[in-house]
Amino acid sequence: MLTLECPYCGLMADETELSPGYEAHLKRFGPASSPEEFEAYMFARKNPKGVHFERWRHSYGCGKWFLAARCTATLEVFGTYPAQVGEPPADIIAKIQARRPEWKAGWQPDGKDTK
Amino acid sequence: MSTRLAKGGRLIDRTAAVEFTFNGKRMKGFAGDSLAAGLLANDQMLVGRSFKYHRPRGIVASGPEEPNALVNLGREARLEPNQRTTTTELFDGLEATSQNHWPSLEFDVGVINNYAARFMPAGFYYKTFIHPRPFWKHVFEPIIRRAAGLGKAPTQGDADRYEHAYAFCDVLVVGAGVAGLLAAKAAADTGARVILLEQAPVLGGRAPVDDAQVQGKPVEAWLSAMEADLAARDNVTVRLRTCAAGVYDHGYVLADERVADHTPGDGRPKHRLWRIRTAKVITATGAIERPLSFAGNDIPGVMLAGAVRDFAVNFAVSPGDRTVVVTNNDSAYQTALVLKAAGLEVPAILDARDVVTGALPEAARKAGIRVLTGHAIASVKGGKRVTGVSVCLQAGEGAVTEEIACEAVAMSGGWSPVVHLYSHCGGKLNWDNGISAFVPDPMRPPLNHDGSAMVECVGAANGDLDLSGTAPAIPPVWVMPQGAPIKLRLKMWLDYQNDVKVSDVQLAAREGYMSVEHTKRYTTLGMATDQGKLSNINGLAILADALGSEIPQVGTTTFRPPYTPVTIGALAGESRGDIFQPLRRTPMHEAHERAGAYFEPVGLWRRPYTFPRAGETHEQAVHREVVNTRTNVGLLDASTLGKIVVKGPDAGRFLDMLYTGVMSTLPVGKCRYGLMCNEQGFLSDDGVVARIDEDTWLCHTTSSGADRIHGWMEDWLQCEWWDWQVFTANVTEQYAQVAVVGPNARKLLETLGGMDVSKETLPFMQWADGTLGGFPCRVYRISFSGELSYEIAVPASHGAAFWAACTQAGKAFGAMPYGTEGLHVLRAEKGFIMIGDETDGTVIPQDLGLDWAISKKKADYLGKRGQERSYLASPDRWKLVGFETLDGSVVPDGAYIIADGTNANGQRNTQGRVTSTYYSPTLKRGIAMGLLKHGPTRMGDVVEFNTVQGGTVKARVRDTMFYDKDGEKQNV
Amino acid sequence: MSDPVSALNGASFTGFATIREIGPLGMISLRHKGGAALTKAIKAAVGTKVPAQRRIEIKGEMACGWMSPDEYLLILPYAKVGATMAALAKALAGEHHLAADVSDARAVFRVEGAKAAEVLAKLSPVDFAKLERGELRRSRAAQVAAAMWAQDGGFTVVCFRSVAGYVMGLLIHSAQPGSELA
Repeated sequence: MLTLECPYCGLMADETELSPGYEAHLKRFGPASSPEEFEAYMFARKNPKGVHFERWRHSYGCGKWFLAARCTATLEVFGTYPAQVGEPPADIIAKIQARRPEWKAGWQPDGKDTK
Repeated sequence: MSTRLAKGGRLIDRTAAVEFTFNGKRMKGFAGDSLAAGLLANDQMLVGRSFKYHRPRGIVASGPEEPNALVNLGREARLEPNQRTTTTELFDGLEATSQNHWPSLEFDVGVINNYAARFMPAGFYYKTFIHPRPFWKHVFEPIIRRAAGLGKAPTQGDADRYEHAYAFCDVLVVGAGVAGLLAAKAAADTGARVILLEQAPVLGGRAPVDDAQVQGKPVEAWLSAMEADLAARDNVTVRLRTCAAGVYDHGYVLADERVADHTPGDGRPKHRLWRIRTAKVITATGAIERPLSFAGNDIPGVMLAGAVRDFAVNFAVSPGDRTVVVTNNDSAYQTALVLKAAGLEVPAILDARDVVTGALPEAARKAGIRVLTGHAIASVKGGKRVTGVSVCLQAGEGAVTEEIACEAVAMSGGWSPVVHLYSHCGGKLNWDNGISAFVPDPMRPPLNHDGSAMVECVGAANGDLDLSGTAPAIPPVWVMPQGAPIKLRLKMWLDYQNDVKVSDVQLAAREGYMSVEHTKRYTTLGMATDQGKLSNINGLAILADALGSEIPQVGTTTFRPPYTPVTIGALAGESRGDIFQPLRRTPMHEAHERAGAYFEPVGLWRRPYTFPRAGETHEQAVHREVVNTRTNVGLLDASTLGKIVVKGPDAGRFLDMLYTGVMSTLPVGKCRYGLMCNEQGFLSDDGVVARIDEDTWLCHTTSSGADRIHGWMEDWLQCEWWDWQVFTANVTEQYAQVAVVGPNARKLLETLGGMDVSKETLPFMQWADGTLGGFPCRVYRISFSGELSYEIAVPASHGAAFWAACTQAGKAFGAMPYGTEGLHVLRAEKGFIMIGDETDGTVIPQDLGLDWAISKKKADYLGKRGQERSYLASPDRWKLVGFETLDGSVVPDGAYIIADGTNANGQRNTQGRVTSTYYSPTLKRGIAMGLLKHGPTRMGDVVEFNTVQGGTVKARVRDTMFYDKDGEKQNV
Repeated sequence: MSDPVSALNGASFTGFATIREIGPLGMISLRHKGGAALTKAIKAAVGTKVPAQRRIEIKGEMACGWMSPDEYLLILPYAKVGATMAALAKALAGEHHLAADVSDARAVFRVEGAKAAEVLAKLSPVDFAKLERGELRRSRAAQVAAAMWAQDGGFTVVCFRSVAGYVMGLLIHSAQPGSELA
């Protein structure tokens, strides 16, 4: 039973007040996309043991979607941030790197954004 | 015999006698007694039978670790099986019965298993009941089920109430012994909000029994001062009778408060499940004493040494006149001293250690107690109770050096810290050679959301077994004597409840079990209701030894919540009966109830399925409703239909992405049917969209889809197209909606009066605002039945009155209410699809012949790319057609259309399936829709549906429009 | 036209706290991303300032609650909703916004008494000791969504109309005499 801070409400929300939305920062591929691109968009999920970016909705609260960076193994939460971004904010990346020096930054299924 | 001492008993009130019964026998105890104490005070040594061999079982422990003394408590609607007598508070009128025996506790036929014990080794069931296969279901399992099991499940509903409660704190301290009290005080001193939980009805833990002084003060005085100190603080909450059952992610702790177990029927909730969120957990959960493995260590009268002194000090209960103490550590000497001080006899202390020099042993010697070092118990004598022990050398093979007559044996194999809560959420343990036990590893704690340590252990739970902080070493003694032959090992019990012996674990090791988790399941060690609180470490040690390995290498089994059993009642809390789950009611619900409606669940809604009249079956009622709607006029409560307002400069563009069709071009005042798909392309929801004004649309969804579709819209608006200017609002519950359906629909509305609902002013697929019968309303001219039909939305606060007005106005026109089943039949007669019938998450709109509702021009919509996948675009898809059985019968629900040949599994090949099937009262025959391979090109073909009874039903393929193909009835 | 009828027609219960269903209240869900026009429109509609994050501004029988960064709940007498909706449409003309009358979509309860918070603490994962005056908390009551705030020595609880019976059942269960938490 996680607690995550809703970045819109500024509130530590109980997991029972939230709904999970699975992996964050997916890029949508529409009609013109190749089978490989569409497959990556629909089905290729990371499911890492370690740092992961997820979507959550504060469904029993403000109803807004937000994103969370957390460790799937220890459940440590590195931060939450509004959903209206293409990639994680720099301060959250910095925090993850401080806590997990071995982590290779990356949040898209194809790994193209790995820095 | 066990008995009540004349003096002492710090927890009992001798002026308050209570009466209780055990197996119908009347017994007397005192307020403050535990049931176990009450039983022992009445010389009830035998309290149950073991699970497998049905051996006599007595009380072993004094706390929640008790494996044996489980009873049925209460009766009928207050019957609770498997209640531990050691944690049950005695009250006047308590009724307890023993478990797991037949026909009686004293004479049990199941004990024959005991004599056959050598034929029932570890894994006996796995090895024996494999062949012949059918025997398992019909012979072995029923017999085993009757013979097995502990308490009997109650057959009546629970008469008691339960509830949940949420609590929040900075520091949660579990356990109110000295360590817990000190931790709570220290945390409170920092200003933190503190909750202190104690499973017992009193504070103090073991200290009042084991320690004369705390911090230089007499223990009772220290405790009262501490209690008063904490009680005076606003930031400390102390909860007694509350057991922390589990520690979960991010400081979430479940705790079970036994509010009224000891005062049944007083109106309070029996249990309260606390759902606590804390920044930090401090466990001061103490330690549990380990039994020693010697032959006959399960005979009633063999008890843990700590328990013996608990019973003596707390309840003034003597386990017998003569108690032999057997130990590998100093703590058991306290028991000898306590018994001696109470005027009882301790014939000998058998200490497995060769050299014993501590303060307690010295005190025992000084008190004149005979201490035999390097000695062990070879075997315990007795059947249903202890009559004596045979003594041997610990280093030897069990040659008897002496026999001592006694009524009780107090044993101590050392103490294991209660590390359960630390481990629940991933905290790691280290093996401590000094005390021969697992202790928390503070470097590898379970983590909080911020990465900090979530749980810290203090006191005995942390391995500090003595208040001084310098507990003497406890050398391991896993088998007594050291070189015990198989004859003795066959009688050394590890798990008392599940009858697992030293020899069983050794056998498992010989048979190749190396993992402790596998051995646990194979032997059932630690799988009983006590979850191995006494047996696990001893079993582990035996396994490690048999594998020639060390305990840390073998590791321990995973500790999982709950620490002690939590009843289903407590877990369910308030969720019972009428509030088991939220039922959604429309504003007209009570009117439907008065009209005798039979309801069905639609999501969480309850909707009338039909309105049966006296003497009618539901089927007859549905048919009447359908025919009446086709010939006169029907009224349907359509309030549950989802209604979502979508507004903004980009709303049209947004809806064009959401629906497969085009909504941006819909003129103001008009309605259009639309389909929504998920990104895989599968049909997800449908409904009519109305254009309200230049930048506002109202989207109708299915009854169970409103919240889901609203969430779906918000997902895309917030996470993908957040720069689009669109707002949504789910206004489903703002309106009560009534469908007025049938040839007389217009007449009914004209009787209500207030607005023009003529064909000219309000044609099909248009809407208008106005008033009807004085009610402000919005009228949609839409039809899900093929009849002349209006759906009228009024504010929900007027819904019941409007429904009544429609019913009244309809009397002259033969109006009747109809329910969801009538709605289904009406729509099926017209070939309209229903989400959830024609769709199941694998069907695309094209499969249903809905290509007309899919825009070919749009570059994109949700699901378009998915539908382009080759297997979804294949001409071999099963597609929607209608069916008419040749004999007029109704195709069974769920039937498949069979094809030639069989598949790889020998099953009949199929080429389609039914999706909707009804008796049409309009056509007086069975009609069906279904998916059929190449369906639309096979009109007139005859196919066969399988039936549940076997055999098939023949049906002719046709179009799905069974009634009024030209739509003449709705365009009037 | 009939008088508007609230979901439970004013049901009540007295346990260790008092439960009353009230209403119907006028309620307007107003979505807007903020700015001078919004401030003016809210002031004109209910006489309050725009509430800050998680706050509710109460003025007599009117109020404005913060529901999300772009959603506000206006509370006013039921009879005033029509005129207020019209005024909002005028005040926010040309602004991207959505105002929806949700007066009939809600049920409203008052939970009153010295231990009112204990009733709610059995149903909602909310730290009532830290709930500030004038704080509007959206959460759940057992299995359904609910919004609640402290007001006039008790709490006001808002839920969806269709589950009013369920929420009343929860409140009655939680307020049973003898089940006080402290």
